[in-house]
This record gives sequence, C-alpha cells and structure tokens, in this order.
Amino acid sequence: MIDKIAQTTADAIGPVADGATVLLGGFGTAGMPDELLAALIGIGPRELTIVSNNAGNGDTGIAALLKAGLVRKIICSFPRSADSYVFDELYRAGKIELELVPQGNLAERIRAAGAGIGAFFCPTGFGTELAGERETRVIDSRPYVLEYPIHGDLALIKAERGDRWGNLTYRKAARNFGPVMAMAAKRTVASVHEIAGLGTLDPEAIVTPGIFVSRIVKIARTATQAGGFREAA
Amino acid sequence: MSYQRRSKDALAARVAQDIFDGAVVNLGIGQPTRVANHLPPGREIILHSENGILGMGPAPAEGQEDYDLINAGKQPVTLLAGGAYFHHADSFAMMRGGHIDICVLGAFQVSATGDLANWSTGEEGAIPAVGGAMDLATGAKQTWVMMDLLTKQGSSKLVDRCTYPLTGLACVKRIYTDLATFECSPQGLVLVDMVEGLEREALQAMVGLPLR
Repeated sequence: MIDKIAQTTADAIGPVADGATVLLGGFGTAGMPDELLAALIGIGPRELTIVSNNAGNGDTGIAALLKAGLVRKIICSFPRSADSYVFDELYRAGKIELELVPQGNLAERIRAAGAGIGAFFCPTGFGTELAGERETRVIDSRPYVLEYPIHGDLALIKAERGDRWGNLTYRKAARNFGPVMAMAAKRTVASVHEIAGLGTLDPEAIVTPGIFVSRIVKIARTATQAGGFREAA
Repeated sequence: MSYQRRSKDALAARVAQDIFDGAVVNLGIGQPTRVANHLPPGREIILHSENGILGMGPAPAEGQEDYDLINAGKQPVTLLAGGAYFHHADSFAMMRGGHIDICVLGAFQVSATGDLANWSTGEEGAIPAVGGAMDLATGAKQTWVMMDLLTKQGSSKLVDRCTYPLTGLACVKRIYTDLATFECSPQGLVLVDMVEGLEREALQAMVGLPLR
C-alpha cells in the first residue's frame, strides 16, 4: 500500500544532511510552508543552500531559518522587503552568500531540473550583469543566455488538500512555486490543510500528481498573514 | 506660457488611455499599479500578476483581505469572474513566450533606443532585488515605462546610455512621463505628446537628446 501521510512535520521531512539544497515554496508569505520550516530548524542541518523567491519576512519562516544560522547561501529573486531585516543584516555582514536570479529564470531553472533538462537558452537577462559569464547564443536573430537547472535535495511546499498517494491541490495564488519545486527535489514534503480520501480529489483538478510528492502532513488552518514590501523605483 | 506636470493619477490615466480592449497587461509594482484604477470603462482588460493570476481584480473591501490572493507587491487583491490561477513557471512562460500584450514598469533610466535600467542603482550596501523585472521587460510584446522625466536633482532619466545596471536591452517601446510621452526607436526618441503649455524647446532642453 502506498501511504505518504506522515503524522508529524519532523517525520515528514526526515533526516536532512548538512550542505543540502532546500527548495522552499512561497511568494512573500503566500504558500510559505512555515510549519515545515519550523520542523527543519528543529532537525538542524547546517550550511544549507536555500532556494526561494524571497529571503524571509519578519522573524518567521525563512527569516527564522536564517536567524538559526543554518543557511550558507540563498538563491532568490527578491530578497529585499520592508521586513527582511534578518537577511539584510547577514548579507551586509557578509555572513550569507546571495545568488540573485530573475524570477522567471528561477522558476524555469527549477522546472528544468524536474523535467530532466540539462540546460536551456533563455532571453531574460541577456546583456545584464545577472547573465554573468554564461554562454550566449543568437537563435533566429534573438540573443539568449544559457541557464542551468536548480536541483533540490529537499523541497518543502504548502498545498491545500492532499491524499495518501501525494496528489495535491493548492489555494489561490499560494500555488506559486509549489508545483515546479515538487518536481525538482529528490524528496518533496507538502503541508496540507486537509487530507482527502483517495479518489475524492477531482482528477481534473489535481495540480501536482503524487509522483512528485514524497510525504504529506496535515497542519492546522491558519490564515496567511501579510508579507512586507518596500517600493523600489 | 506655464504648464503643469501630470499628477501621479493623471499619468496613470494617460497610460491607461492607450491600453486597448482585450489586452492582457502586467502592471509592475509601485507606480504602475495605479494604472489599474484608471482603465477606461467599456474596455475588457485582463490583468496578469507574476505570482500566478490572470484576471486580477481590485483590492478587497476592508476586512475581506485574503493573503493567499496577493499581487506582485504582496498587497491583497481579488479575482474577477473568468480569472485563473497557475504556477510560476507557467506565469513566466506567459511573459517570455510573448503572450502578455503590455507590461508597464517603473524606471531609473531609459535610453533613447529603449535600454532599461530599473532594478538597481548599484548603491554600496543596498540589498539587490530583481524580481520579475527582467522577464517582463524582455518578454512582453510591448514594454512601457512610466516615470517622472527628471530625477529629484533635475537631471533627465532619458539618457544616451544607461549608467545604472541594465534590466534589458532595446526593450522599451513607450515612455510615459509627468511632462511628455515618448516612443523609443533604433533611431532615437520620438515625441508623442506633451502637457499643455510646455514648449518643445523647453522639453528638448530638459531631455538633452534629439527628439523626432
């Protein structure tokens, strides 16, 4: 029998090696798997590389992970927020490495990892400092930059409903990076607000098929709280 | 003759006036978000949000906020009838794949040929953040910029060559400012309109670049 349902968040995640790359779903606070992050802090792996859109808000979620001193490097598109003070301080003190990636490249590099793509030519960022020294090519008179996949050892994502095969549905824009991250890690753990009986999720509405999911764990339903944002331009 | 700068709302309304019926539009964070409040009645315009929303509606009534339904600036929004949710890779495929008709972005500098600098001033100690700016600028069918023409120090944000880090090369088609509207072309800037009372010579002097 296949039963991916774990009873606790710590059991769902299992052991995590030092130096692991962890993909974390969420955009701001929407879809941020706070409960799984709390369990990860409890497990306590060090020297982690974190891949997520943002670098934490306030003192919770990714910020708590950073504060616990478990992260060596973060790969993200938008670390700056009104309340990203934990990251800001570490970054300014040179205590954390940052790889800044355009948001769509972040999503597609993760997707590529999940889809078995070795690398891909992408127009985004051509001619900018974020293209770095990577190979470029003109295809049909349009310039592209070679982008490499981002594989995870572990993905932690937040979904809405799940069944014992690991099939998942999401809630509104909390879906964001969840489906692509689920594909791209050796082990994917999803928190859900509701465990559905096998066969009760509408097969037409399943967003992440269970093949991409290792464990699900039920968490209490608490409303997502506001993220922070400071106007740039 | 004297002239008045376009207010932030007047500028947003000027941008909105050019958005055609049926367009799929992404409004960048900050000032461009305001364009949503001025979309001309009678035109059906679909707003895209990078975090996986098509058919984004206005802010909810107070007390109705749902932080699983937020815009790129992480402010609560609503979904219109016909709206849809999707994951990030699909959302950025919509940009990169040329499915978004128009994106409207803020800018620090734009060159006459449409190079854009809007994500970093390269300031020492600043926390860098790029978000979806490069994907949008490069991917949308048309990239429009809305900004003040002059910096707080009075120098033109329209430049021969951007000195701030680039977001994209030759990607901006139109520039809407508080004083005038321009089009970028391989041959340089084309003047589209000016606020009433502003003389072309005066504008020319402010911009400091040839205007066609």
